[in-house]
Amino acid sequence: MNRFAALLDRLAYEPRRNGKVRLIADYFHHTPDPERGWALAALTGSLSFRNAKPGLIRQLIGERTDPVLFALSYDYVGDLSETVALMWPAPHGLNDTEPPPLSAIVHALTHMGRAEMPAVLASLLDRLDETGRWALLKLITGGLRIGVSARLAKTAVAALGERAPDEIELVWPGLAAPYEELFAWAEGRGPKPETEDPAPFRPVMLSHPLEDADFDKLDPAAFRAEWKWDGIRVQAARAAGLEGRHVTRLYSRTGEDISGAFPDLAEAFAFDGVVDGELLILREGRVQSFNVLQQRLNRKVVSPRLLMEFPAHIRAYDLLVEGGEDLRELPFEARRARLEALIAAHPTEGRLDLSPLVPFATWDQLAAARADPAAHGAGEDAEAVEGVMLKRVDSLYLPGRPKGPWWKWKRDPHSVDAVLMYAQRGHGKRSSYYSDYTFGVWTEAGELVPVGKAYFGFTDAELVEIDRFVRRHTVNRFGPVREVVHTPTEGLVLEVAFEGLARSTRHRSGLAMRFPRIARLRWDKPPGEADRLETLERMIGDESHAPRRAKAVLGKQPSPAGEM
Amino acid sequence: MRPEELLHTTPQGLYSPAGDFFIDPTRPVARALVTHGHSDHARAGHGAVLAMAQTLDIMAIRYGEGFAGTTQAAAYGARVEVNGVGVTFHPAGHILGSAQIALDWRGCTIVASGDYKPGADPTAAPFAPVRCHVFISEATFGLPVFRHPVPADEIAKLTSSLALFPERAHLVGAYALGKAQRVMALLRTAGHDRPILLHGAMERLTDYYRTQGIDLGETRPAREATAAERAGAVVLCPPGALNDVWSRRFPDPVTAFASGWMRIRARARQNGVELPLILSDHADWDELQAAIRATGCEEVWVTHGQEDALVHWATQEGLRARPLHMVGYGEEEGEGAAPEPPVSPTNPEAAP
Repeated sequence: MNRFAALLDRLAYEPRRNGKVRLIADYFHHTPDPERGWALAALTGSLSFRNAKPGLIRQLIGERTDPVLFALSYDYVGDLSETVALMWPAPHGLNDTEPPPLSAIVHALTHMGRAEMPAVLASLLDRLDETGRWALLKLITGGLRIGVSARLAKTAVAALGERAPDEIELVWPGLAAPYEELFAWAEGRGPKPETEDPAPFRPVMLSHPLEDADFDKLDPAAFRAEWKWDGIRVQAARAAGLEGRHVTRLYSRTGEDISGAFPDLAEAFAFDGVVDGELLILREGRVQSFNVLQQRLNRKVVSPRLLMEFPAHIRAYDLLVEGGEDLRELPFEARRARLEALIAAHPTEGRLDLSPLVPFATWDQLAAARADPAAHGAGEDAEAVEGVMLKRVDSLYLPGRPKGPWWKWKRDPHSVDAVLMYAQRGHGKRSSYYSDYTFGVWTEAGELVPVGKAYFGFTDAELVEIDRFVRRHTVNRFGPVREVVHTPTEGLVLEVAFEGLARSTRHRSGLAMRFPRIARLRWDKPPGEADRLETLERMIGDESHAPRRAKAVLGKQPSPAGEM
Repeated sequence: MRPEELLHTTPQGLYSPAGDFFIDPTRPVARALVTHGHSDHARAGHGAVLAMAQTLDIMAIRYGEGFAGTTQAAAYGARVEVNGVGVTFHPAGHILGSAQIALDWRGCTIVASGDYKPGADPTAAPFAPVRCHVFISEATFGLPVFRHPVPADEIAKLTSSLALFPERAHLVGAYALGKAQRVMALLRTAGHDRPILLHGAMERLTDYYRTQGIDLGETRPAREATAAERAGAVVLCPPGALNDVWSRRFPDPVTAFASGWMRIRARARQNGVELPLILSDHADWDELQAAIRATGCEEVWVTHGQEDALVHWATQEGLRARPLHMVGYGEEEGEGAAPEPPVSPTNPEAAP
């Protein structure tokens, strides 16, 4: 447990992705089975203990410490697990002996009954040091919150040998802790683990952004175009399981199983195969904005009401497997024909449809379609189009991001001129630079109100310039944050590009920006001439159709109780 | 007799009406007794200063030779009288030359301990408890969440990170006086034998430690090091320099900070620290209690830090206890979390 705790401790402070991968890989390399397998399970969020919950922790510490001192300490530290880990009155001498290994701890927490759990947990806490207690309590409270995704942990497994992270993803769904055969394979000591999952994740194929200079080199006749939908890339897989029962799974583009959040989609899937497509919310046949989709994504509990108000839908653009046949080595055109036929043969109550092709003969024609999707076949769904995708007719379905076969050509982003208000230092290589910027626009009353935060988009040279500006024009400090001068005559105007705007109750401006980044520094512009909040409000009015009321979707009469 | 006749608080700090002197005054006074050389305790401009010889040396290095009208060197355990009040300096274990000051007058003994730590430190004379009626204690880490780990284990975190990231410089934020030299001494004990690179602010004090017989191995000014020498090197700098333009000369460094505050994760993260080293020159919760008990005192006065918790504990132990609500300590150098140096608009690159 000490090694695992030390790993979590280091990870919690390591800001770099590559640094995290190295720390985890180093741990896997030096830790024997099955210990490292249980660590992998913890890092990928695969552990849960029914009888060990946060309430028990409060009860245990309450029995052992002075309430005044606990209250003062908790107030000071601000985190329950950490306070308890630090305050726990461990009897002297016990933690001089090696504490139980992680595997034994996981076993105890999994199998102990509710009645025995307090004593088991207390004796574990007695035998661990502060870091060990903190790690144990993090395991119990769930959500390690150390900035490590399941994907990152799998990347670290891949880093043990010659495997690519996508190969790990491919075999992952059929595996269970402590993953001994996975480690053996990754280290080149054993055969590839046989996946028992009938509907595993297939690593997705990604595209490159298209630059103006690329057009000269590309032949329009070699490509097909589709709308690029502003939803979430998903993979739906259905296959016959061991006892003839069909298994349906929905994966995110990184291979995370998100089936649980979309039971409505899983039920609607009526054929065996693997479809690549975009997850969208449709109401009355119309695609809703990304903001509406987000309202469904952010829910923890998938209630029947949520399913009705935010009906999920897949707009399919590729077919990887049909029946038991792997189509990934067929050219795009052949896969597309199979996909069209399959969808035509399986009506799915509107839950699955085909992403149409966008006809074009020249790049100019495609540019026109991209600029005005509504007039080029996207119709009322045009507002959910964020550009076009270009796919070579002969492209095989290759995992990763091969350069050449697929391109994305996004619509030009929106932009506003905003005033820099606060700056915060970045991480890693940027740790000495003020590189996270909060910017605002003017209200009618002549006040600046923050509308967003951006931390990229600028060049290294621009970063140095902004950093110098921040250091020389600081008017206030709040920990790592500096407030910089922002009056109508003094300050820095930033041209901020973004993908979309949504109403938000969490921001003082009432707006939330999607994907904001710094497009240009406007040293030439006095802050007083930056944009106004009304301008942004109008952009909302232009770009998103207001979400419809649930009652309209359900076809019910309005009732006072239904007003929200 | 009330102890307050011997010592009580004033806006300038602790004052002895019986002996007409201050202890660690925060503003210039006629006569000052100084416990140790950290700048929140040892200030320039007093008429007369009585302190350990090493503390006087440190004040001269920092403020120049004329930092006080007259100076008088004390020695551990040697009692002197100041206007009829007995004054004895005892080791406090905080930094080189640090002392507790015991006052005795008309049968009453008060110990002003300044900053202290009972734990081992190769760069300071070990803390010695002194029997007294009133013990004046700091409470920088006066909460039961503060139990300092074994220093060698913290240094091992640094050496294992050096092994894992041999191409990256390891910037270690440490206070220029005391902590920096302790980190060096601990690294040498752990077998680290490469030259340690120093920020300009710690060169003179480090040289001074050497003159006092403390072996710190080879050190070099960081500004003179080549790129190859910086790779995988330990670089000591004041905490404020970690996020300052000074740190930019090191490509992709690992940022470490040696301080008792690193016990609290949020503190470390707020300072952008990737490798927190929990190394403190102050007593932790258990040590505060042990130190107070060892004095056999009847009364505890708590100067600065987490007074509420320590007073609560002492009261439950049956001691009379009260906070002194003193301001101006623990803010500058004691162990404050990475104060930033003021920004100079004309020359931000002026850091040494």
